[in-house]
Amino acid sequence: MEKNTWTTKLGLARMLRGGVIMDVVDADQARIAEEAGAAAVMALERVPAQIRADGGVARASDPAMIRSIQEAVTIPVMAKCRIGHTMEARILEALEVDFVDESEVLTPADPHHHIDKTAFDVPFVCGCTDLGEALRRIGEGAAMIRTKGEAGTGDISEAVRHLREVRSAIRRLQGMEPAQLFAEAKALAAPLDLVRSVAADGCLPVPQFAAGGIATPADAALCMSLGAEAVFVGSGIFLSSDPAKRARAIVEAVTHWQDPKRLAEISTGLGEAMRGTETSKLTAADQLAQRGH
Amino acid sequence: MRVGVLALQGAFREHVAVLAALGHETVEVRGAEDVDGLDGIVLPGGESTAQARLLTPELAAALDALVASGAPVLATCAGAILASRRGWLDADLERNAYGRQLHSAEAVADDGTPLVLIRAPRFTRLGSSVEVLARLGDDPVLIRQGALVAATFHPELTDDARVHAGTFG
Repeated sequence: MEKNTWTTKLGLARMLRGGVIMDVVDADQARIAEEAGAAAVMALERVPAQIRADGGVARASDPAMIRSIQEAVTIPVMAKCRIGHTMEARILEALEVDFVDESEVLTPADPHHHIDKTAFDVPFVCGCTDLGEALRRIGEGAAMIRTKGEAGTGDISEAVRHLREVRSAIRRLQGMEPAQLFAEAKALAAPLDLVRSVAADGCLPVPQFAAGGIATPADAALCMSLGAEAVFVGSGIFLSSDPAKRARAIVEAVTHWQDPKRLAEISTGLGEAMRGTETSKLTAADQLAQRGH
Repeated sequence: MRVGVLALQGAFREHVAVLAALGHETVEVRGAEDVDGLDGIVLPGGESTAQARLLTPELAAALDALVASGAPVLATCAGAILASRRGWLDADLERNAYGRQLHSAEAVADDGTPLVLIRAPRFTRLGSSVEVLARLGDDPVLIRQGALVAATFHPELTDDARVHAGTFG
């Protein structure tokens, strides 16, 4: 029996497809998320909108809160570490979280390097804003990619931008001759073998999920229509007026995104969405998606 | 054969690919209306709690009727849990019996079947009409009860199509 192979890492990512991964800050929220049909939860001390409001350095969560969430639910539990913070990732691995998110939502620990994720047994998910960034993270060992969007805003526009970036770059690769892929790999600053695999398959070699700004069932369905295979919802659920109802609705919207009549029913009477912030009004320093490279 | 793949949540796309390679027509099943005209059904892996939440009473009733008709069923991992809960399979399972993701593994069953076990469940009771097709150590990992085949592993994540071919031809 061989544990923690590339196949098992990719395997869990594939099992989460068509699902919703919800940010939760305590065991009660985790139970609400599981009851609503979340495919996994992301354990963190503050949701991105709170991190944004509080300022200061955002770090990995206290192991005690991560353990309390692991004890509260049976679905997979993910947790975030800072970009490049190998030791926070090692601590999360020691806690036996099911997935580590090397996340731009926390303050980056290394300005130049992301974690060498091939050196870990636990699988990683990383964010991207375009295809080159996605392939660099996969080259470092990420078993799942999520487009970054702009976390904690409740504004879907950056998620849409990043999904479109990835999709149009994939289409461009598919139209190229093999001889063009060398220069394209250089332009994307991405490993050639991964560029070739995308050109041949028309998709990333790992599941591609969406994150950042999803606040309504329609937002989640929009992400699915732009090529996302599942969604992460951070602040959008537990900063809304009726988290349990909204969580359930977003779960259903990801399954039934191709059925507008059903989406109309799902979207009815959910109460107030999170208030949110227009991304275009953020200063450059407040744009989390610019973190990492 | 026209085979449905329950597409509420989880790894349904991989099953669709295996079935298509075997020459079957495939249908992604999200509502009761998708069950009409199916000759068989795959219940894929994913998160069993999420799948249970998304299974409406109407869809569950349509699947009850399909299974009761004796149509072939392949239930993998979370799908096996669903089959047990719905009473289609006379067996009990323990969820996440091997532990969290760090205990997910690749292995080979006693009959040579390649196994990919992802936060896998374990059969804890098998009814008298259940036949064990493959084991890993003492644990049954592939079983058959009439036209229903259930696995605690993921045949759709390997290149080996024998489990699908054995269920649907």
